[in-house]
Amino acid sequence: MVPHVADPHTGVHGTVATFEQTWRVINRAKWAKIAIFGGVFLLAVAGSMCVSEVSISQFVEGLPGFIAYIRGTLPIIAVDHIGTDIAEWYWGIGRWSSLLLDTLLMAFMGTLLGALGAFTLCFPAARNLTTHGWTPAVCRRLLELFRTVPELVFALIFVYAFGLGPLPGVLAIAVHSMGALGKLFSEVNENITAGPGEGVRAAGGNWMHLVRYAVIPQVLPNFASYTLLRCEINVRASSVVGFVGAGGIGQELYSVIRQFIYVDISALVLLLIITVALLDITCEHLRRRLLGEQAFT
Amino acid sequence: MTTDVARISDAEIVARQHAVPRAFGRPLAERLSIVSGWSAFAGLIVFCLWHMDFTPQRLWQGIWKLGWLAQLMFPPWHGGWLREFSYAMLQTLAMAFLGTLLASLGAVPLGFLGARNVVPQWLFHFGVRRIFDGIRGVDALLWALMFVNVVGLGPFAGVMAIAVSDTGTLTKLFAEAIENVDRRPLDGVRASGANRLQVMRFGILPQVLPVLLSHILYFFESNTRSATILGVVGAGGIGLQLADRIRVNNWDEVGFLLLMILLTVSLIDQLSKTIRRRFI
Repeated sequence: MVPHVADPHTGVHGTVATFEQTWRVINRAKWAKIAIFGGVFLLAVAGSMCVSEVSISQFVEGLPGFIAYIRGTLPIIAVDHIGTDIAEWYWGIGRWSSLLLDTLLMAFMGTLLGALGAFTLCFPAARNLTTHGWTPAVCRRLLELFRTVPELVFALIFVYAFGLGPLPGVLAIAVHSMGALGKLFSEVNENITAGPGEGVRAAGGNWMHLVRYAVIPQVLPNFASYTLLRCEINVRASSVVGFVGAGGIGQELYSVIRQFIYVDISALVLLLIITVALLDITCEHLRRRLLGEQAFT
Repeated sequence: MTTDVARISDAEIVARQHAVPRAFGRPLAERLSIVSGWSAFAGLIVFCLWHMDFTPQRLWQGIWKLGWLAQLMFPPWHGGWLREFSYAMLQTLAMAFLGTLLASLGAVPLGFLGARNVVPQWLFHFGVRRIFDGIRGVDALLWALMFVNVVGLGPFAGVMAIAVSDTGTLTKLFAEAIENVDRRPLDGVRASGANRLQVMRFGILPQVLPVLLSHILYFFESNTRSATILGVVGAGGIGLQLADRIRVNNWDEVGFLLLMILLTVSLIDQLSKTIRRRFI
């Protein structure tokens, strides 16, 4: 039974008064929280704007300029001679497609080498497969280092070490993919069922037998799926490492943008977008076939 | 029925093989296609190695030079530029923060427009989706390069690059989150006489807000990584310092900068993990 106490100010009796009292307390606490977090947030925004030299006026001025820039890159295509206009827009299609092929091959080789590296490191990095005290920790730190340093930084250093061309780009992509895939692969390894491994051990198998006959059959479809996903990501990455001199379509794009050859910019970017979209669709299709439909629902 | 294995005749074996040929090996056509598939794969690899000039000599020289660089990087040293480096790191974080903020501010209304259950006109949301797929297809670094052309060198170009490229991705994610909301609260709000705007505010927004926040947080995390490299094309931050130090061969400072990046990225990772656990 709730005591019927009258509110001294309003004269309202009982539960309504207690309810309003509690509600007021909760509401006040909520507003205090909002004020504190909002203040911190606004402070962070102001600080960031100060540090990164951004002002609203600059933003307002910059935006029309950018829209004009984008409009400048678009080609003039008239309806009555559309064929010749498009041919003129893509005047360099022969050279560009060979550069695009270079980029795709870089992504392919980078993914392949990265997956191979990840494959060798993921078994010692899995906690359930390795009993040595420090081996998993060392492998994990190494993979972490490889995936935290961005591809472009690896590419910068490798271009210095190996010289210009696709080779440093491939290696940069491979090292970064190795870090990213190695983590995913070792997580897959940690999620396997223990039964087959115990069977191999009971039959007298050593560590290599364990990995070959108990682990790999369980994890291979997942490995393949992750590798395909990485392949999609690496196509984007391989077009970007060209910016620092690692060949492919990225290098061409970099020089075209730097030289303000407007119409070529849109032609190359469109080419790149279409290629990436096509590859995404293909890889997605392959992954569905590898893992079966149930993995996606 | 059981068969005595010792007394099985040759004719019987042949009969069984004809009855279930696949149990005794793959047919010739399939075997050929597998072999040719693998040899095409191997051929492609060999072609790549040849085409990209993977000579053992070049690899060996490069690896030797890398070892030499690693020696030069050790011990990492800031070379008296500690203040500049810290400021550049702060700038990188600020770029990531502002870029993510702008992108999420833009992506919320666009996400509503791109959602099938908010705008029933299929052509419209299809168009919105495709435009943002296109924006997403262009890497942030490419946007940065273009913005450097428009607004000049400096972190502002980086902020804009992150904002534009993430607007594409976040719009797609937001639209998907909005399409997956439970219909019943919407019906309830509508039944009590709400207009379309009120349905969005009281029916959809409370459902999707946690999802949106967790996406935004994740993007801030990944943007701190990508913001570190935007400076390479001139968009400010730590990447600018890093590219400069590599160009002038100050490898001990490069090592220091790399360590700074590693440390900051893992710190932000931890921070966002904590925030996610506590609030979302």
